[in-house]
Amino acid sequence: MWVDWFLALRILRDGRMQTLLITAGVAAGVTVMVFLSSLMTGLEASLLKKTLGTQAHVVIRPAEARARPLLGDAVARRVEATAQRTRSIDGWQQQLAALDAEAGILAASPGVTAPLFAIRGNGTEAVVVKGVMLERFDRVVAVADHMVAGELKVDGRGAVIGVGLAGKLGLGVGDRLRLQAVDGTSELFDVRGLFDLGNKAANDVWVLVSLRNAQTLVDLTGGVSSIELRMTDLFAAEALAARLRARTGVEVESWMAANAELLTALRSQSSSSTVIQVFVILAVAIGIASVLVVSVIQRSREIGILRAMGMSRGRITRVFLLQGALVGVGGSLLGSGLGAALALGFTSAVTDASGGPLLPIVLDARLFLTSAAVATTTGLLAALLPARRAAKLDPATAIRNA
Amino acid sequence: MPDPVLELRCVTKEFGEAVVTRVLHGIDLRVAPGEFAALIGPSGSGKSTLLNLIGLLDRPTAGEVWVRGEQTERLDDDARTELRARSLGFVFQFHHLIGALSAVENVMMALAADQPRLTREMRRRSAEALAAVGLADRVDEDTRRLSGGQQQRVAIARALVRRPPLVLADEPTGNLDTKTADEIFTLMRTVNQAQGIAFLIVTHDPRIAGRCDRIVELVDGRILSDGPPGARA
Repeated sequence: MWVDWFLALRILRDGRMQTLLITAGVAAGVTVMVFLSSLMTGLEASLLKKTLGTQAHVVIRPAEARARPLLGDAVARRVEATAQRTRSIDGWQQQLAALDAEAGILAASPGVTAPLFAIRGNGTEAVVVKGVMLERFDRVVAVADHMVAGELKVDGRGAVIGVGLAGKLGLGVGDRLRLQAVDGTSELFDVRGLFDLGNKAANDVWVLVSLRNAQTLVDLTGGVSSIELRMTDLFAAEALAARLRARTGVEVESWMAANAELLTALRSQSSSSTVIQVFVILAVAIGIASVLVVSVIQRSREIGILRAMGMSRGRITRVFLLQGALVGVGGSLLGSGLGAALALGFTSAVTDASGGPLLPIVLDARLFLTSAAVATTTGLLAALLPARRAAKLDPATAIRNA
Repeated sequence: MPDPVLELRCVTKEFGEAVVTRVLHGIDLRVAPGEFAALIGPSGSGKSTLLNLIGLLDRPTAGEVWVRGEQTERLDDDARTELRARSLGFVFQFHHLIGALSAVENVMMALAADQPRLTREMRRRSAEALAAVGLADRVDEDTRRLSGGQQQRVAIARALVRRPPLVLADEPTGNLDTKTADEIFTLMRTVNQAQGIAFLIVTHDPRIAGRCDRIVELVDGRILSDGPPGARA
């Protein structure tokens, strides 16, 4: 066995009560960290899932059409903005190929999105028709996971609609639905499936059809009005949007820009959680340091003897640093277990009307590893001062004053 | 005459900066291998200061301290620590054992002081050293449960386990009753004669000093007399 480890373990064992108290202190700190982090991460994941479940992380649209005054030197009293109509992204196939090759993009889905009317018998509803390449679209918005009836198929004259719209127009799988553009162009579609995306807006107005059908309906043959992206890292969306904006000149909007308030709320929540954790770590560090300082004072004579026997200052430093680290590891193991138990107990105790957890939690290995690393590093850093103090002890003085 | 295990050349030690107090005045002292010497003197005569200098726990203000032919003033802290581990054994008045360790582990620490790992060989040698001081049946005992005499025996085993050429003993019998003190003294004397290890024993006890081969008397930081017991004035 390594001498440093042996001595550190023996000293910790000898001061059982001190070791127990200090480890309990670290465990309490780690418990708070694990519990808070799992709760905050769960809350964030739940909020993001609800908000972004039906939303692409980044949407690329054609640049807005701007009115250009044609008069040379004349002063225009007013330049009227042009009415925006559904237009195609120039060279979208090339852009799609480039996006497919771009790192950090999980999926890219080109499509035509346009406001139309859905008509069945006497019922008419304003809808948003989404002409999509279904395989790509499903990777951006996981519709297949949310089908409640029929199947997710839009080939031929197939359409898939939300449960909200189905309810309003009394539609079911196998029924027919007419989609009509503002210029009067209309087509009949067969309802092949119903989805429930957990988002009222999407459930009430989305109608998924094939890209080709949508292009025909809105007179955009061969074109797409948007490319929707899903990212591997959700929070890299704005950076990518800025990069694409600068590179292509088209309009690019990230979910972060579209949901600025949500982002601010998430960041505030994360900041307050961090502040709480920093103070907890600080309290833990002060606890470890003070107990170890007392231990150094109590053991100064023994440290002097060890030095007199030929132990180096470096070894004495390591022995006390190890004690701090061991307390950190022990406390983090105990605290991780307690924190996880507390979080699990909390979610099972606090439930919503349906019996599901009101506040979801996320307990992953990274959380435990981070907590263990933070506690161990805190233990090491907290032990630094007492360890240096022990190493600096003059053996002659320590022995004489004993 | 064999090379001395310890030699002090005109060693002076002063304390304080604003008010300087000279505790030792030009001490010259040689200890030969296998010698059994006593260092005596009244309180405040500089015995402990001298022992700290010899034990490489402190540095002289002037003069030279040579241990096993090595001049120690030129050595840095690490080299002095290493020389101390190799060359010197310590026995203190209050045994100064490590409470967190058992008897054998205390002895092992002397062997492991400059080694990275504890080995079975270290344990075997430490158990042997304990057996040599009459503690074969107390090897794994918690040292806090041992009697004063037994604790001092563990301290002696710890000082001897590396077979250093010189053992420095600071009042090794000062805290013991007469019978136990005699036993401890006899033990040290036996080791000295059997293994040829030199001893420098600081003592207030004239009975102990009188049984040594040589008595060095220190008064007011100066060596007043140095010779066999009968030669003192």
